[in-house]
Amino acid sequence: MNIRVELPQHLRTLAHVGREVQLEVGAPVTLRAVIDALEASYPVLRGTIRDHGTQQRRAFLRFFACEDDLSHQSPDAPLPDAVVSGKEPLLIIGAIAGG
Amino acid sequence: MSKVRVLVGTRKGAFVLTSDGKREKWDVSGPHFAGWEMYHLKGSPADPNRIYASQSSGWFGQIIQRSSDGGKTWEIPGGAPAPAPDGTPRGQSNKFAYDTSAETGKPLTTHQFYDGTQHPWEFKRVWHLEPSLTDPDTVYAGVEDAALFRSSDGGTTWKELSGLRGHGTGPKWQPGAGGMCLHTIILDPGNPKRIFIAISAAGAFRTDDGGKTWKPINRGLHSQYIPDPNAEIGHCVHHIAMNPKRPNVLFMQKHWDIMRSDDAGDSWKEVSGNVPTDFGFAIDVHAHEPDTIYVVPIKSDSEHYVPEGKLRVYRSRSGGNEWEALTKGLPQKDCYVNVLRDAMAVDSLDKCGIYFGTSGGQVYASADAGDSWAPIVRDLPAVLSVEVQTLS
Repeated sequence: MNIRVELPQHLRTLAHVGREVQLEVGAPVTLRAVIDALEASYPVLRGTIRDHGTQQRRAFLRFFACEDDLSHQSPDAPLPDAVVSGKEPLLIIGAIAGG
Repeated sequence: MSKVRVLVGTRKGAFVLTSDGKREKWDVSGPHFAGWEMYHLKGSPADPNRIYASQSSGWFGQIIQRSSDGGKTWEIPGGAPAPAPDGTPRGQSNKFAYDTSAETGKPLTTHQFYDGTQHPWEFKRVWHLEPSLTDPDTVYAGVEDAALFRSSDGGTTWKELSGLRGHGTGPKWQPGAGGMCLHTIILDPGNPKRIFIAISAAGAFRTDDGGKTWKPINRGLHSQYIPDPNAEIGHCVHHIAMNPKRPNVLFMQKHWDIMRSDDAGDSWKEVSGNVPTDFGFAIDVHAHEPDTIYVVPIKSDSEHYVPEGKLRVYRSRSGGNEWEALTKGLPQKDCYVNVLRDAMAVDSLDKCGIYFGTSGGQVYASADAGDSWAPIVRDLPAVLSVEVQTLS
């Protein structure tokens, strides 16, 4: 499946990409599978979205899709059909904190 | 003709300032890595065009950057956006994994937290990068939570020198107000096996065998804010400086107190003398006069700005105890900036140049060993670090 992922600005700069990247991800399409594919295509992003060792999401990043916050769901849960079909992107968002 | 290159890390990017040997007119390039916290940049003594930079963010973690052309262009070591020939993705330059193996890590997993409980060691960022004196591809990294790492492939992969955390006192280390950071790394130019490091708030440590084994070197430090003021470890050492021509003599700015050691850290004595306050962060040594040292006194640990609204560098020409205020060209009213531990450096021209950056975004330079000062830039983001390269 061709999965669309939207990145926050600083990660676009690091990976030399635009707002959105497209990734080929095999079924089942989960958060873990998408991030694995993202890191495989753009190794520089390893460690910037989830911790190298624990694979936990970095605290100030959130995952959204179809107006739902997926940040606390299991990384192995299936993503929404609209993401799998490519209709909607998976959004990786930096939390807005401070002034 | 000689040139100088000043590497400035700020809260929102890095800047490279260059001038000829007169140090009057400056070119400013940057911001590099705009929007990121640049804790430290430092050039290789073995190849001045090789510069390492620590780029970090509370959101996205740690990135190591490397330049091979004196800071004009940068790359993430091993970070090309393509799979390696064996199919394994590259880009390991931001991976700092603590060694918890039984053989070397012993396996140390916790340290003391603010509340006295044990807390897992968690990597947060690189505070200080110290390139090897002889090999441009070898560089040391001091990190938070405190540990020392080394790369021998130009910053692509990192391995912990775990004998430091594992030597025995690690579980008693605890964070200072800025976190539990290894912020000072000094390589002994006369003894390649000897390295000094300092940690807030654990103290100073030394290895004499290239990093395998370490020992605390805090005898003589006295810190009233810890349960045993004369303890072997637990002191909040803010920075240490050495003149490479006299590597057994070290100068330390502790949380409070300015200290001196004449025996490579085996013992320390206080040389605070007549400074208006002996709290501070930065300390450095004149390039040609090993007994001429510089500090920037800060009011207190709860008021992190210069006292009396006056930005004053203090210079001792006697290795401590007797200090003179250097004020010419520095603001002497309504000034409330801080100067952080890695934000002072010296060049090796004659006369020696002194540089420091402030929390207000000014970088000041003196081309006459501190007698007079002028700002190179006034309005950068808050300055975290200043390093200088003297180029021929």
